Amino acid sequence: MAATDREKGVGNAGWRAGYEAKPRREGELFSTISGVENEALYSPEDVDLDYERDLGWPGSYPFTRGVYPSMYRGRIWTMRQFAGFGTAAETNARFRYLLAHGQTGLSTAFDMPTLMGYDSDHPRSLGEVGREGVAIDSLADMETLFAGIPLGEVSTSMTINGPAAILLAFYVAVGEQQGVPLEQLSGTVQTDILKEYIAQKEWIFPPGPSMRLVVDMIEWCAKRLPRMHPVSISGYHIREAGSTAAQELAFTLADGFAYVEACLERGLDVDSFAPRLSFFFNAHLDFFEEIAKYRAARRIWARQMRERYGAKDPRSWLMRFHTQTAGVSLTAQQPQVNLIRTAIEALAAVLGGTQSLHTNSFDEALALPTEDAVRLALRTQQVIAHETGVVNTIDPLGGSYYLEHLTSELERQAYEYFSAIEALGGVVAAIEQNFQQREIAEASFRYQAEVERRERIVVGVNRYQVEEEQPIEILRIDPALERQQVERVRAVREGRDAAAAEAALARLREDAARDDRNLMEPILAAAQAYVTMGEMCDALREVWGTWRETPVF
Amino acid sequence: MAGKIRVVVAKPGLDGHDRGAKIIARALRDAGMEVIYTGLHQTPEQIVETAIQEDADAVGISILSGAHMTLVPRILELLRENGVEDVVVVVGGTIPEDDAVALRKLGVAGVFGPGAPTGEIVDFVRGAVPAA
Repeated sequence: MAATDREKGVGNAGWRAGYEAKPRREGELFSTISGVENEALYSPEDVDLDYERDLGWPGSYPFTRGVYPSMYRGRIWTMRQFAGFGTAAETNARFRYLLAHGQTGLSTAFDMPTLMGYDSDHPRSLGEVGREGVAIDSLADMETLFAGIPLGEVSTSMTINGPAAILLAFYVAVGEQQGVPLEQLSGTVQTDILKEYIAQKEWIFPPGPSMRLVVDMIEWCAKRLPRMHPVSISGYHIREAGSTAAQELAFTLADGFAYVEACLERGLDVDSFAPRLSFFFNAHLDFFEEIAKYRAARRIWARQMRERYGAKDPRSWLMRFHTQTAGVSLTAQQPQVNLIRTAIEALAAVLGGTQSLHTNSFDEALALPTEDAVRLALRTQQVIAHETGVVNTIDPLGGSYYLEHLTSELERQAYEYFSAIEALGGVVAAIEQNFQQREIAEASFRYQAEVERRERIVVGVNRYQVEEEQPIEILRIDPALERQQVERVRAVREGRDAAAAEAALARLREDAARDDRNLMEPILAAAQAYVTMGEMCDALREVWGTWRETPVF
Repeated sequence: MAGKIRVVVAKPGLDGHDRGAKIIARALRDAGMEVIYTGLHQTPEQIVETAIQEDADAVGISILSGAHMTLVPRILELLRENGVEDVVVVVGGTIPEDDAVALRKLGVAGVFGPGAPTGEIVDFVRGAVPAA
């Protein structure tokens, strides 16, 4: 005979009656920041999981609880602050500053002209050189960027996509100059061109040749640079463009599968490259939704890699990722409050099991961060790592009814998007039909409208405003740096062996026109002949053409 | 009857951050204006040409790359060179306060930073464009 509610306590029905009888706060939403409805309470009734099948053990399939058996008991995540501005010499100084303050890996931000494949003296680069990152035109700049930093001992991340193969070649060339064996070079090149078409919009070539370059890099790294991650499949920018958590999750993983399929089409064995694929996610403000997102991402990736793509090596199943706190969540109003937002976001990333983390500086809604602001951001990670105790136990929130429900819900929404993308003919076809772009624009507009109706409160923006105080100290980029960099790239072109540079460029052009050549070797040869990044991109533009989107809003 | 206000929303330079531009474009359209969005990576010349061809009442420039002190003055100069004196120029993005002051002096009607409500921008454009 079933137990009565009295014997079980009030039971769900009893609680619900009590809950319904009470008033609720009015005017505010109870959904997640992405619009996922939340119940007031979750209980065992809401969680339909088989522990071994759906959660499992850290370091074991399907990796929901983490990719390593020891997680942060073995090693704290890599604290990796993204930095870059001005010329290579300025950024080199910032790198050394960060290493001196306990940072454990480097992460390079490039300026807009570099991201778009233009040298600093190109007319389109005017006013943009060194503004949002460091200007790198040739191997000479890369030599300065890493001067005095032993590349065999640090791992370096480079946020570069369109010209990723060229920047990787510069890095390899510097490593060779330092006498570091290629097998010891470690780090990550972003290279994720699909999310550029979807969200960040820093592209050069059309999708076809862009995908070929990505596969060339993956193939070459698998053979020559075993410790390099040739692609960092990125949801960060998708989220920054205004997507929901589910869109970030779904579009990113779909991009990942598209790279896997492109490599399989090239004839590569899945286990020869999949262990080196890595990911990059955003850490936004909706605490539990973010943690659920990371856990769902690991589970989906593992299952698809094993079951759909037939990967046999367990390292091909596990998803490692970097996380950055949400730039889009920072406010220009009362900027010090951003320290608190960033701390909470960083905590979500850690509880979600990230492998490395960048915490934004509180002044970044205003300008590039100052040194003091960057140090505070790094300190935020150090406090989480050493003072809060959250690192002592693996996946400490696993088993929470709410979190497990949300993990499964995000997973379900991701699979819905996978089906929609497949129905449109795959990731590239969907991009060409503006599908992902439109979904993101809708979500971003919906959120903005909720903020403006004050259904969502942003502290200091639509509630608790104050008369803004004196502006805080911000980082200024000296306009003279642009002129210096322009002179520098011209000097490099004049000082090199002209015949060798021309020959290297001709070979690159020739190999690009054929589809049976891996372009990494000719790019590396051109880099070593001091052919500039812009010259290489121009050569490839001649062969492949460029890309323009039809914008939707 | 007065015609719809025509606004060109433009993304100059190499910066691909278009979340704000798209939100503003849509808010202006929803407020009954005719909105032409240029898309990304436009040169000042392309933006001014679009403004002229579209007979724009206002040009909204969205820029988050830090290149505003190069690109915005160039757009203003080209507008003047082409005899387009009456178009209202509004700038949005991460613009430090002293740069905003300088841009207003050069002839920018309004500068809106992060967190500015779309309603405020819509009202500003309505107020700044002379009634037809």
